[in-house]
Amino acid sequence: MSLQTFAQLIEKLDATNKTNQKVAALAHYFEQASDEDKLWTIAILSHRRPPRPVNTTLLREYAAELANIPLWLFEDSYHIVGDLAETIALVIPDEKQQTSKTLSTFLEEIIELKAQDDEAKKSYLQHNWKSLDYHARFVFTKLLTGSFRIGLSQKLMTRALSKTTGVDEDELAYRLMGDWSPTNTTFQELVFEENKEANLSKPYPFYLAYAIEGEASELGDVSKWSVEHKWDGIRGQVICRSGEIYVWSRGEELVTDKYPEFENFKDSLPDGTVLDGEILPFIDGEIGLFNDLQTRIGRKNVSKSILQKVPVIFKAYDVLEFEGMDIRSKIFEERRAILSSVIESSKSDALHISDTMQFDSWEEVAHERDLSREKRSEGLMLKRKDAIYQVGRKKGDWWKWKVDPLTIDAVLTYAMRGHGRRSNLFTDYTFGLWNENEKGEKELVTFAKAYSGLTDKEFNQVDSIIKKTTLERFGPVRSVEPQLVFEIAFEGIALSSRHKSGVAVRFPRIHRWRYDKKIKEANSLDDLKQLIV
Amino acid sequence: MSKNQLLVFNSKGIYCKQANIYIDPWKPVNKAIITHGHADHSRYGHKHYLTHHKNVPIIKHRLGDISVEGVEWNQPFTINGVTFSLHPAGHIIGSSQVRVEYKGEVWVFTGDYKTEDDGLCTPYEVVKCHTFITECTFGLPAFKWKPQQQVFEEINTWWKENQSEGKTSVIFGYSLGKAQRLLKHLDTSIGKIYTHGAVENMTEVVRPLVDLPPTELITRETKKEELLGNMVVAPPSTHGSPWIKKMVPYVTATSSGWMAFRGARRRRAIDRGFVLSDHCDWGGLLASIKATEAERVICTHGYTDIFSKYLREIGYDASIENTDYEGEREEVTPTAETVS
Ligand SMILES: [Zn+2]
Repeated sequence: MSLQTFAQLIEKLDATNKTNQKVAALAHYFEQASDEDKLWTIAILSHRRPPRPVNTTLLREYAAELANIPLWLFEDSYHIVGDLAETIALVIPDEKQQTSKTLSTFLEEIIELKAQDDEAKKSYLQHNWKSLDYHARFVFTKLLTGSFRIGLSQKLMTRALSKTTGVDEDELAYRLMGDWSPTNTTFQELVFEENKEANLSKPYPFYLAYAIEGEASELGDVSKWSVEHKWDGIRGQVICRSGEIYVWSRGEELVTDKYPEFENFKDSLPDGTVLDGEILPFIDGEIGLFNDLQTRIGRKNVSKSILQKVPVIFKAYDVLEFEGMDIRSKIFEERRAILSSVIESSKSDALHISDTMQFDSWEEVAHERDLSREKRSEGLMLKRKDAIYQVGRKKGDWWKWKVDPLTIDAVLTYAMRGHGRRSNLFTDYTFGLWNENEKGEKELVTFAKAYSGLTDKEFNQVDSIIKKTTLERFGPVRSVEPQLVFEIAFEGIALSSRHKSGVAVRFPRIHRWRYDKKIKEANSLDDLKQLIV
Repeated sequence: MSKNQLLVFNSKGIYCKQANIYIDPWKPVNKAIITHGHADHSRYGHKHYLTHHKNVPIIKHRLGDISVEGVEWNQPFTINGVTFSLHPAGHIIGSSQVRVEYKGEVWVFTGDYKTEDDGLCTPYEVVKCHTFITECTFGLPAFKWKPQQQVFEEINTWWKENQSEGKTSVIFGYSLGKAQRLLKHLDTSIGKIYTHGAVENMTEVVRPLVDLPPTELITRETKKEELLGNMVVAPPSTHGSPWIKKMVPYVTATSSGWMAFRGARRRRAIDRGFVLSDHCDWGGLLASIKATEAERVICTHGYTDIFSKYLREIGYDASIENTDYEGEREEVTPTAETVS
């Protein structure tokens, strides 16, 4: 089956928003595809792409050249489309040739491509772009650049695969985890066989909580619930098996090398232990901010200075495997008892426990939630004491109850076109707060960007005001006459030398449009700094 | 008067001082030449309207009892020494470009236009000029339309698939323009075409001007069983309304140039997105500009900054003028049913 068939699958998955249809389309594809193509499809849909063979700068140059447009025009188009592979697929004309090469052949070629010189890469890419139609060109380029976001969770893929193979869904979810790639396993091995060696590093699927919808008190008897703070770090799993330590992040990434602090866990954890918890920055004996952690994420090499500046701890809140046994079906209270004893007898400074709390009333729980910011947490986790550890996001036993966001009134100063469906509108905004400069004049200092939180109707209205009050154009960006005030909500706030305002806020978004406020009534940078705990 | 100012953009619209007349003004004026019937080009409140005669019944339907004069394409008329004529724009039924000539200087305003013959409205005609005022709603190389025949094959195939699953197909299109283009090319051998009131009324208005298949208005008495397997053409504003619940089980689609973007196609709200526009794509814009032999190009709405920058790079004297025209709004927004 050619790449075209895989491209049609992606098109079908894109074309429907109904879960059943997505699963059916994928199951249908699995029934027809060769084992090699199936294996690669699973790999791609679980974010196991081969390493990027060509950097995106070259990719853009080659594409612009083939499309016969100047590079700046390609870049501006890319900004508006919002996705590199899609932009490339759109700007290159269809020449109506067909390819018979399969998905797995393409991927093998892509793996080999990495070692070749730039000339060879260019001719390979341009040749293939020309010989594919729009959908296949998009898919081919996606294989080179990034992960597919097709609204198809790992869970749905597993369900489709379970349908075609008859292997139980949860069992399959477990088999598909871990450190495998299509180059070191086969479809048969991965799906049907127990692989001892790969199992050594294999994590369990995370149990994920939903946000609480109504009042916490609707959860009933408070004594049935265990309460913890919701830590603001990276969800992770620490595996200690056969004298080795493996660290997985929730994104199903093996990140052991990034956290050398956890290396000594092998001396302090009994063999055959798997812990679920949060990787947190821990500076001068205190939990740091996510912002601190961000300076460590994304670095290829963890330098000595960064280890000193932003040391981390693992705050454990659950144990999934003990003495080599999968204990996820034990109830929470029993697992926590095991966890306590494991942590107590451990000698590592980097291994902490996330304390559980019991309350007599929901009012007391709410009071504890109010203390979250002081305790450097995002809110509370409510866990049923008699619940097993489930697979994936399931309602009922675990709830997150986050604190309300912080808000401030800011002035819109710059606007940029949105991406994708909003690309005809100016929907990405920059916001400023008042500050006094050296001359004692009040000016607006940029403090955050946000692009979500308004209704389509409001975006349309703001867009037309922006078009009428444009001061200057810089490519896709426009500076606008300060006129509009918005209430901006965000989760966390910290001092930051990397930001012009001296402050970094986390997850800023538009809370509402303050039609009622004049720009003079917007907040100042000092007001913002007051919010720092 | 400098010949460079045959038409100016002022706060009310595109103005010809010599003839004291506006083209597609967005504020009330005495005399207005109107390119076509979409709401952002033909607004309320002018004292006198002048437009192509096919557009007369359309704007009367939309704006009520107005003073309007209809003229034929390629029939020049002169006002205070300025010669005006209308030429087909191929955008929707009765849509025109406006040619303005004074002392040998020729300007053309396109209004909205497309270069592909849609089999419904009079096809776009190249009008040679010195200054070409063009829209550029889809003025990015990312927009390349497939021939409409191919798109309608996709739409009709989709209809058949829905029919075989026992479902009603609902396709959204603005009641003026897209709705009639859909009606014209839907394959009536598959089933019957039902319409929403807004679409039915506008279609009635243009039936004397074009050949369209029979349609049936959905009323209170229409039973949902009779809709099964058939096609419903409705304005985008009906999406998510109680009216549409009657169609259950149904599948929805929309057709617009914006559907070229994956983000737009994947919108949660709509099942399918077909790439079909009544505006020019990138190639259409460039080809028509070239064919007019204009030296100067003024871009009015759409990706004006990017498009005009590219035009300057390939040798045109290109600039931007701000207008209140909106081009093709993304379908199915709360502000639907205003423009296309
Ligand atoms: Zn129009």
